[in-house]
Amino acid sequence: MSAALLSVDRLSIGTASGLPLVRDVSFDLAAGEIVAVVGESGSGKTMVSRAVLDLLPPGVVRTGGAIRLAGIDLARLDRNAMRKVRGGAVGMVFQEPMTSLNPAMPVGRQLEEALRLHTGCNRGERRRRILAMLERVAIPDPERCLAAYPHEFSGGMRQRIMLASVMLPKPKLLIADEPTTALDAVVQAEVMALMAELARENGTAVLLVSHDLSMVAHFARRVVVMQAGAVVEQGATEALLLSPQHPYTRRLLEALPRRGPARPPADGPPVVEVRDLVVDYAGRRRLVGRAAAKRAVDGVSLVVRPGETVAIVGGSGSGKTSLGKAIIGLVPTAGGAVLFRGTDPFADRRRLLDFRLGSQVVFQDPYSSLDPRMRVGAIVGEPLRHDAGLSARQKQARVVEALADVGLDEGHLGRYPHQLSGGQRQRVAIARAIVRRPAFVIADEPVSALDMTVQKQILALLAELQARYGFACLFISHDLAAVEQVADRVLVMEHGRIVEEGPRDRVFDAPRHAYTRRLLSAMTVLGAVGDDFALARRGGGWSAAAADGAPPAAGRGGAPENPVALAAGP
Amino acid sequence: MLRFVLVRIASALPTLFLVSVTVFVLIRLMPGDPALIMLGDLADDRSLADLRAAMGLDEPLPAQFLIWLGNVAEGDFGRSISTNEPVFGLILARFAVSATIVLAAVALAAVVAVPAGMLAAWRQDGALDFAVVGGATLLLSVPSFWLGLLMLLLFGLKLGWLPVIGYVSPGQELERGLLYLVMPVATLVLTEVGVIARMARASTLEVLRLDYITHARAKGLSEGAVLWRHAFRNAFAPTWTLIGVILGNLLGGIAVVETVFTIPGLGRLLVDAIYARDYPVIQGCLLFIAALYVVINLVVDLCYPLFDPTVAA
Amino acid sequence: MTTTAVPFRLPRANALVGGLLVGILALAAIVGLLWTPYDPLAIDFRARLAPPGPAHWLGTDDFGRDVLSRLLAGAWTSASIGVVTTAAAVAVGTLVGILTGFLRGWVDRVVMAVNDTLLSFPGILFALGLLAVLGANKWGIILALSLAYVPTVVRVVRATVLSLRERDFVAASRICGNSALYTMARHVAPNCIAPLIILATVMFGWIILAESALSFLGLGVPPPAPTWGNMLAGSRPLIAQAPWLGIFPGLAIALTLLGINLLGDALRDRLDPRMAR
Repeated sequence: MSAALLSVDRLSIGTASGLPLVRDVSFDLAAGEIVAVVGESGSGKTMVSRAVLDLLPPGVVRTGGAIRLAGIDLARLDRNAMRKVRGGAVGMVFQEPMTSLNPAMPVGRQLEEALRLHTGCNRGERRRRILAMLERVAIPDPERCLAAYPHEFSGGMRQRIMLASVMLPKPKLLIADEPTTALDAVVQAEVMALMAELARENGTAVLLVSHDLSMVAHFARRVVVMQAGAVVEQGATEALLLSPQHPYTRRLLEALPRRGPARPPADGPPVVEVRDLVVDYAGRRRLVGRAAAKRAVDGVSLVVRPGETVAIVGGSGSGKTSLGKAIIGLVPTAGGAVLFRGTDPFADRRRLLDFRLGSQVVFQDPYSSLDPRMRVGAIVGEPLRHDAGLSARQKQARVVEALADVGLDEGHLGRYPHQLSGGQRQRVAIARAIVRRPAFVIADEPVSALDMTVQKQILALLAELQARYGFACLFISHDLAAVEQVADRVLVMEHGRIVEEGPRDRVFDAPRHAYTRRLLSAMTVLGAVGDDFALARRGGGWSAAAADGAPPAAGRGGAPENPVALAAGP
Repeated sequence: MLRFVLVRIASALPTLFLVSVTVFVLIRLMPGDPALIMLGDLADDRSLADLRAAMGLDEPLPAQFLIWLGNVAEGDFGRSISTNEPVFGLILARFAVSATIVLAAVALAAVVAVPAGMLAAWRQDGALDFAVVGGATLLLSVPSFWLGLLMLLLFGLKLGWLPVIGYVSPGQELERGLLYLVMPVATLVLTEVGVIARMARASTLEVLRLDYITHARAKGLSEGAVLWRHAFRNAFAPTWTLIGVILGNLLGGIAVVETVFTIPGLGRLLVDAIYARDYPVIQGCLLFIAALYVVINLVVDLCYPLFDPTVAA
Repeated sequence: MTTTAVPFRLPRANALVGGLLVGILALAAIVGLLWTPYDPLAIDFRARLAPPGPAHWLGTDDFGRDVLSRLLAGAWTSASIGVVTTAAAVAVGTLVGILTGFLRGWVDRVVMAVNDTLLSFPGILFALGLLAVLGANKWGIILALSLAYVPTVVRVVRATVLSLRERDFVAASRICGNSALYTMARHVAPNCIAPLIILATVMFGWIILAESALSFLGLGVPPPAPTWGNMLAGSRPLIAQAPWLGIFPGLAIALTLLGINLLGDALRDRLDPRMAR
């Protein structure tokens, strides 16, 4: 029985003014082990990870309990001793790659800092190690990287640089706080795999903090589930996922998007038809003339019929958001046509008004899509302004009805957006979208900014409203799991073009295009196969550590395994 | 990087042009004969006729502007009505005096205020923070001319330590000249130190909130290293811009301090010229100060890549 | 992420003290308009250069005029000029800023070229230039100072509008079928209010200081009408004999500015975090 490397013992954290944030959290981490702390926003998991290195934000303090690293109580360490622990014995990786690196300092100098502090290497040795590590994390041209600045790298590369920086002093423990949440799906998978490999090579234990249960299940040996500041359940990953004890754990597992039964293909004349659409973004204005225009959408055609949900998936830069904006008329098009109910909506004002009255958008960011100075009732009622057929009283009744449709009661009419949670705001946005019973709704990443359990509710809500009102829905997302749950047909975009399309089941089970396969392989799905806990993956590609710690197998682009739906308990 | 420099310089040129147009139009707004305005009421007919020809008053207005602009480019700003000296030389001499005071004051104020502001931000809501913010707010509420007057009263008249009237250039007599500089510079330092400290504090607070600061701490860096090596460069940029703005404001605004201490500076030149309706001097001062401000802003902008490498990209 | 619970006694103190000082200014201004202990212009050579005492609480100047009465009259002058100028600059600047920020295109480019040119005249330089042309009197000062500060308002409002334009709720309004004009008035303008209030408060302070400075230089409201600035100017040759002439007007300006700054700070603390939502 090895002594735990990290032992968190009844840790409590609260604000300086007495508000408790974390209560009596206890768990252990053995050397070389990967343990995940899982929870949604407000669970306190980030606070716990920050508390280990005494990096709590100002105004937040530890109010009780102990944190022991290899038996030493970290609270008893004086400042200098704690500084030796930070970066040396324990390294930390943060969420936002865009802001974790100092924008005004060359990358090489930032990489050097931890090495200089914690190892006795001379300059030449440090440089050697840094270059070797940069190669290990697959940064092209490591020499040039040393003098470059962070803004010259993409998000994924910055996260690799972060990993390099943190792993250089060969820490015993790596704390990773949502290390890949801000990244593209494909990049997420690569960075996570890299992190697991590095940890294994160096014998580093990992404390992984995340809200992404499926990713966590893939990598972690043990899982600690937190809710509202307390640990509700913890245990070996397999056991916890296969037979969760606590209702909250069960809810988290239920919240994982699951494929429902395929719906019969929609018929009827298309509500929206797009033909060879081209969207260019003007190049930056230079002193003389303009830089070349960037083509965001390169000849895309699609059709959406009443009652069906067509999903557009792709990574960042694929053009899917530009496509959505062009269809709704927020950005100008450089070619092709958009037809609404068979006619060109931009031909004259009357048709444009018809189009506007008959279509709506649900945006991604619930904080940005509602006017902070308007009350909920006014926000939801605004689309009815142009509805001459309804009296004021009828309009009010419609607003109340729309709110009820999304599960909000009349009491919300007088509230301001800042008084609502993220999920509630998104419901208001949806209410605004459906209040006019539109024929066509574009949902642009509608759940990406929300917690897992809330995501599930909102997706279910959208499906229910569609069933009731029969609108055509264009669902734009990078999140394949969400798409799997709601879509009837799927279109995959890359570099402004559609590279694959077809019914959902066909695209997910038998992808034809290489990019589709890459996207799918980055998506992990929980499944139980055989005695050993192993995870089913889609489409092959990379794999990650199985329970026995076997090294990853190189890309297998072959027949996918059918996931067995996880029996998550009664 | 070279592109960045060239683009910035190029974009300053239209601004300079428009500034000169504005100054030209402003003076021409005076009703009456422009030549008479430029030479004063006592000029004789012969000089008036010569000037009218030289200014091209028969030509259309844009042509007059070009003539004027051509003269300005050669350094010919005309002659002062009051003293008949060439305006340009007059401006330069006075500018030397004002610039000495302004530069010394702003440099001193920055050297004190920036560390004070950064330390206050670092120890937010501590005693130091309270003292710095309180002191800064008090200081920036005090008008410079009142502060100068009080200093004059105390150190000049009551205590007799420092000279009260007149000015001796340190270029000529270093020790005596410095004595004359002490109070004006001290006045300006006290007036500006509050503004700079508050800006330094605010921008440092913003930066300290960011992830890379926590990351630097997580690497085990000492607080001092975090503050100096990571926070400073990023936090300094807005303060640097502010310093440029303060320099510009003081170019004209120093007139009040020059009035209190009877210093023959550029601000006082402009104000006296306005009293005396000495339009060549007024025009020259306006153009000179505005053009200098454009150049100051240009220099401030060109330094930006030092603090924010994304700018030059 | 938890919010930091910092003991926030300070902003409330800011608001209180600031509000108190500004309130005193307002009171003094109204009193100065309606009634003063002595006529501010009344000359009384028998009482000239009297130090503060029971008859003249703050002393008299070299013409025997009561300093307190002149201070109160000066309060009215400064306050009224400050309010009118601020209101004018904010009104014009906001209108221009919202229109160019929202409409963009060549209108925006032309307006910004003009605006940047005016902003190239630092501080009160442009006001000085205008005064040279217009002449120094109450309305000349108001016009000159308003024009000098409009560009700053335009820049701030335009920047706010530009960032608001990118927010989804503006797009949502267009998608509802609302016209650009309606969206501007209903969605963009109300969200500009918070930064405008802060700017207006700070600008009010700048304008009072500028007006005092101009009066001190002799380019403000012409004597014998009292303003704090020209009272300070007049005190300078007599400062050794009659220091109270220099202390009180300056103190009035300093306290007024302090009040405005504190109030501005309190407003910024209250309004900004909500704006960020």
